[in-house]
Amino acid sequence: MLEKALTGSRRYWVWIFFLLAITGIGFIYYLKQFSYGLGITGMGRDVSWGLYIGQFTFLVGVAASGVMVVLPYYLHNYKVFGKITILGEFLAIPAVIMCLLFILVDLGQPMRFMNIFLYPTPNSVLFWDAVVLNVYLLLNILIGWTVLGAEKKGIAPPKWIKPFIYISIIWAPSIHTVTAFIYAGLPGRHFWLTAIMAARFLASAFASGPALLIILAMFIRRFTKFDPGKEAFQTLGKIVTYFMITNVFFFGLEIFTAFYSQIPGHIHPFQYLYAGIEGKGRLVPLMWTSAILAVFSLILLVNPVTRKNERTLSMASAAVFISLWLEKGFGLIVGGFIPNPFEEITEYWPTIPETWITAGVWAIGFLILTILYKVAVSIREEEIA
Amino acid sequence: MTMNRRKFLKLTAVTTIATAGGISALELFKDSKLEAQGILPLEVKPLTAKRWAMVVDIRKFTKEDNYKKIIEACHLTHNVPDIGNPKDEIKWIWTDTFEHAFPGQEHKYMPEDFKKMPFLLLCNHCDNPPCVRVCPTKATFKRKDGIVMMDMHRCIGCRFCMAACPFGARSFNWRDPRPFIKELNMKFPTRTKGVVEKCNFCEERLAEGKMPVCVEASKGGLIFGDLEDPNSDVRKVLSSHYTIRRKSELGTGPGVYYII
Amino acid sequence: MKIYDGGKILIGIIIFLLVATSPFSYNMGKASVKPEPKLDTPEIQKMEKKQCVEPKEFMKAEHMTLLNDWRDSVVREGNNVYIGLGGEVYNMSLQGTCMKCHSNKKKFCDECHKYVAVKPYCWDCHIPPKEN
Repeated sequence: MLEKALTGSRRYWVWIFFLLAITGIGFIYYLKQFSYGLGITGMGRDVSWGLYIGQFTFLVGVAASGVMVVLPYYLHNYKVFGKITILGEFLAIPAVIMCLLFILVDLGQPMRFMNIFLYPTPNSVLFWDAVVLNVYLLLNILIGWTVLGAEKKGIAPPKWIKPFIYISIIWAPSIHTVTAFIYAGLPGRHFWLTAIMAARFLASAFASGPALLIILAMFIRRFTKFDPGKEAFQTLGKIVTYFMITNVFFFGLEIFTAFYSQIPGHIHPFQYLYAGIEGKGRLVPLMWTSAILAVFSLILLVNPVTRKNERTLSMASAAVFISLWLEKGFGLIVGGFIPNPFEEITEYWPTIPETWITAGVWAIGFLILTILYKVAVSIREEEIA
Repeated sequence: MTMNRRKFLKLTAVTTIATAGGISALELFKDSKLEAQGILPLEVKPLTAKRWAMVVDIRKFTKEDNYKKIIEACHLTHNVPDIGNPKDEIKWIWTDTFEHAFPGQEHKYMPEDFKKMPFLLLCNHCDNPPCVRVCPTKATFKRKDGIVMMDMHRCIGCRFCMAACPFGARSFNWRDPRPFIKELNMKFPTRTKGVVEKCNFCEERLAEGKMPVCVEASKGGLIFGDLEDPNSDVRKVLSSHYTIRRKSELGTGPGVYYII
Repeated sequence: MKIYDGGKILIGIIIFLLVATSPFSYNMGKASVKPEPKLDTPEIQKMEKKQCVEPKEFMKAEHMTLLNDWRDSVVREGNNVYIGLGGEVYNMSLQGTCMKCHSNKKKFCDECHKYVAVKPYCWDCHIPPKEN
């Protein structure tokens, strides 16, 4: 089926080579980081995780969100998602690969990454995260490829794939729960030490993932003959709406606990992120952009007129995605380290090499996504023709 | 490419004997007929304990200068680099103010000189260390004698331990540290870029029968010993003075106590 | 017989052969001299019986395994005593024991490692003895 990705329009190839170019630049910067060390990034003694781990966290959510189309389709036989399900499954594959790459580029000794499996350590959440992510990747490759292969031949998917699909439905929330546990179980990091961390992660994942899926599917509909159907977009829109509301609600719970209890350790990170402390507030503009976009998206999503209008729905989806990308892919991780254990403020901002390496990983993700979507769309187009 | 079985068994046998019950292998072989032709002098007797701990007697230090010798001695002994910027900084033992060392314990009306007084900080070698709990490769682990150790050969540099440590005791090698070590101690390794490091309670000196270098340099300001031995110096000091520990409410069980 | 896309296939085969044989072409004319590890250090000359911690043949073949075992034993188990075949007691230490005798790292370690193209990462951290 991969041969479908080898033929395409001029526009397709320009896009592919554009992504390859970004990957190439990212790779050159990675070689630099590999020889110099992680000091090439903006991370330091106090803020020891940054953009890489932020992106990793955000993308685990995107990967897990595939379940939002898989579950209604396979468990409830929700026919409207018949066409879009493969896009959800195929979105999970590059998302997980990006997660693994972001972990890899964040390691100080990347050549030793196999130590995680050579010396398995069940008490480490990171060990479990590596396990669940890899299994989720394999599940999605297996399911997506098998289902699409059957479709190509015009037959129903084989029966043996069903158990794997059910496992993947349970597996999806588990990968994001385990990822939340990386942060939620650390003593002394008050910002992360919250029981609803995993719940917040899932809510934001199930808002940002389907939002991205809406944008991608609209893009595909515009440039190819493949159409997931008007109703699929509307259902996805409702999913985004409910989970975005849940996400904002959860955020409100955190704010209440911090500010009504008035415990300084719980207040400080919020203060730093949204107001700045001691004149230091590098992340304030980002966090307010995120907050304003969240409100803006909710206005468009809650109102049935604007949700039903595909133009405004796509705008709302973009707003959700960017808002959560800023909040989870950046503020949440960096905010956990500020103030540091000595109640001092050390700020963080990514460097140019760090940004290019991040862009490079995203380009690899989009490259894989493009190839997978090209295969899926070509097969669908053949059916139509 | 494995060692032949006999050798392997021999090696593990010695290891087991040496670690079980704290009997030193040296003592064991001292009495036997085995003749020592090797490099290690037989009179060396390692210092052992069931639970190593330290008491910092703040009254003995009032100025930054009092600490300088200690910090220098430690960093010189362990080839700790002086990189010269706070972002990439590596430190095993250092000082900070009361307000930073014990956040939440300070108040406005404390004596002025107390507010400015430097506190000696280092890895707490916790009873229940979160850094050990989160490490995905067992590169950091707790020894039977309570020392929280780093295996630099195994560390992958994921820095999960740095996020987990509530005491800021861990440093990451953001770049190659060697060019920043003024004077190499040939008896101790340096580190490579991309691994985490911290204080090791001088386990390499304890194995040679010597007290930690900071304790030696402190001239009585630092008391080091076995917490499980009622007659040890630390126990005597702890039972006769009021002491506090950093962030004990987090349940990590720090092994460094402070006499205020 | 006509080969479809013959030209393209031929170019493909040539590229493949070039890539597949690149290790040979890369190393052409770069053959290193056969290494001869030397034992002529002052410390070894002083010894009555020139004997390493294990017999020469064993050390030749297994020194890397032995070093790994020493490493784990010292770092992870806190045991740094090694008993030789004849009951000799050694302190398990790369810098302190191995390199005390084999102070000629360039001749004793590097030459051979270079010859067999292995790059042990020991010296990223451990400090080799000073040599001229």
